[in-house]
Amino acid sequence: MDNQIEKDIVESVLAKLLEQGILNPSAKATPATEAATGSTVDTDSEPVTLEPMDFIGIENPNNLEALKVMRKSTPARILMGRAGARQRTASLLNFQADHAAAVDAVFKDVSDEFLAEHNLFKVRTIVKDKDEYLMKPELGKKLSDETKREILDKGDKGKQVQIIVVDGLSSTSIEANIADVMPALIQGLETQGITVAKPFFIQYGRVGVMDEVAPLMACDVIVQFIGERPGLITADSMSAYMAYRPDHNTVEAERTVISNIHRGGTPPAEAGAHLATVVKKMIDNKVSGVKLAELMR
Amino acid sequence: MNLRSKINNQIFTFKSVTDVLAKANNEKSGDALVGLAAETATERVAAKLCLSKLQLKDIYENPVIPYEEDEVTRIIYDDVNTAIYKKICNWTVSELREYILSSKSTQNELLNISRGLTSEMIAAVAKLMSSMDLVYASKKIKVAGHCNTTIGLPGTLSFRNQPNHPTDNVEGVLASLKEGLSFGCGDAVLGLNPVEDNVENFERVMMAIVGVKEKYEIPTQCCILAHVTTQMQAAKNGVPVDLMFQSIAGTESANKAFGISAAMLQEAREIALKLGTSTGPNVMYFETGQGSEISLDCHHGVDEMTLEARTYGVGRRYSPFMVNNVSGFIGPETIYTGKEVLRADLEDLFMGKLHGLPMGIAPCYTNHMKADQDDQEMGTMLCAMAGANFFMGVSGGDDCMLNYQDTSFHDDASIREILSLRPAPEFEKWLEKMGIMENGKLTDRAGDPSIFDK
Repeated sequence: MDNQIEKDIVESVLAKLLEQGILNPSAKATPATEAATGSTVDTDSEPVTLEPMDFIGIENPNNLEALKVMRKSTPARILMGRAGARQRTASLLNFQADHAAAVDAVFKDVSDEFLAEHNLFKVRTIVKDKDEYLMKPELGKKLSDETKREILDKGDKGKQVQIIVVDGLSSTSIEANIADVMPALIQGLETQGITVAKPFFIQYGRVGVMDEVAPLMACDVIVQFIGERPGLITADSMSAYMAYRPDHNTVEAERTVISNIHRGGTPPAEAGAHLATVVKKMIDNKVSGVKLAELMR
Repeated sequence: MNLRSKINNQIFTFKSVTDVLAKANNEKSGDALVGLAAETATERVAAKLCLSKLQLKDIYENPVIPYEEDEVTRIIYDDVNTAIYKKICNWTVSELREYILSSKSTQNELLNISRGLTSEMIAAVAKLMSSMDLVYASKKIKVAGHCNTTIGLPGTLSFRNQPNHPTDNVEGVLASLKEGLSFGCGDAVLGLNPVEDNVENFERVMMAIVGVKEKYEIPTQCCILAHVTTQMQAAKNGVPVDLMFQSIAGTESANKAFGISAAMLQEAREIALKLGTSTGPNVMYFETGQGSEISLDCHHGVDEMTLEARTYGVGRRYSPFMVNNVSGFIGPETIYTGKEVLRADLEDLFMGKLHGLPMGIAPCYTNHMKADQDDQEMGTMLCAMAGANFFMGVSGGDDCMLNYQDTSFHDDASIREILSLRPAPEFEKWLEKMGIMENGKLTDRAGDPSIFDK
């Protein structure tokens, strides 16, 4: 498939989603949540906010124009100025806010409301809690026999593509991207006549969990959305791992990955439509990972 | 050799020296992951008790990985000075601990016995030390290294300026580099972790950094932390190489996973001396970290701290300019909490110094660990008290390419001020010339990277 055809498919999928009102043309901002308030709170004023990240905090700079150029050249935390040798209060709080977002992305769970809203039934690997999940990565690749029976019971066996959503290291990234990426992917696959099984959610999962799911569901291709380890620049980044008929003999080079899916990277709807074209290539060539990349060269 | 101990009315029997070494470790998630850790607090102390009574020859005669099977074991044993070893081989580990802590033992005495110690003995004695023991002992040893300039002199504290960028964009790299310089950071090395590891990119980013060094006549060294094979090829192509960087580990199989061997490190050093641009004699820069062997499944049933000591055994063969420990970077499966990182940082600093290495520390953490910037800052302060030669310098403490947090430019300047430490002498003169520092204090101009733009 050449690039023009792929581009056409991506554009037509996005157009269709817009038409159906599944996609919102303007980027959706997450609505602010109201935390508990005390009794004597002034609710009429605007809440205080963090300093913008592009703020230049250096007092009496030698060359402000040079600093403005630098500010555009890197996402690094530079030009914040100082208080003695320490950070200014505003930049210290920015750092803490970004670290808090990263910590929450790792340690909070994807909410049940979110899963219900997106019709994702929930199962768990053999991991018992978040601490075990983080300290014993191997366990996040395994499903118990009971869980396998539950998946067979609730899911659709024998479709060409099985989509799974996995928390990985960022629940935030799942909640931020799935709403746009999934409809685009499903729409794109169905446009090409590919059958798609009912997607589901796996808690405490690692990439290798697909090796258990694919033989169980007898699908050709697995598309696994999984939260990436958050940095302080963004906690919203998600990856899509794909493989053709993965099983316990699959090695990492046989997986295809599209990473950096988030609003500031590859936008989720665009990523979903693009993924559909990648899946089609896997099905046509019966291969994934490095070998697929070589074929496409 | 007695592998049984009795404590709190329980008798514990350990399987081997390797088992005692592992169970005597303070808590680390990696040892628990591979089933080597003590199961109870009492068992841990019982192992320390047993270890304290072992003689150094018991450890020498029972290598954790056999000599015939592992290149790292061979490096360690082949490099031991047998005359010194024979003088101390009947000491118990407890006696070694008290010799190290004794007021009579100074750097001279300690570097002398160091030559008779295997890495496993050094790990053993560190396992009997508390946090303040480790700081107290570390403080006694400070080994300097000379590449273009000298770092690690008494009363000094140096920093690597680490201007990483998510796409190796030169303009962005130089913005961070200048910001760091304006805070007095960069006397250890101007060192970038490249996103793309190939000779073309190496040359592109190296020439940009060397350009700044030459334009402003900065007395320091430059390094692009690509794989050692990339650096060797670059040096052969005539690209300036002051320092050869490589990550190393404590087993032959883990080093193989890193794509290196003892022969390759030897070759890299020879190329740096033959084709490199620095004065030397110390032309190697190593990075290490507890748990890398466990992450790579190359641990051979040995605990992560003992393997870290063995890594220093590898490092000392090549007379490095700097050895940087990044235990907090490896991940939660090997080090999970802030407390575990702090302990590892202090152990590693001590173990490296007792190997006679010019040690620095990156007290760092990733976002899927239970640690935060307060732990990071405590690690920096403790290791600075313990006499680390250098730390990293990362803009705002946040490495936007490697996605982890480390010592910031602000912290670098602060810790010098808190402990009245000075930059490397040549670099301090340069900072004064640039108007960034006066009498060891930052001036009003400091912290403004635009001082490098007219």
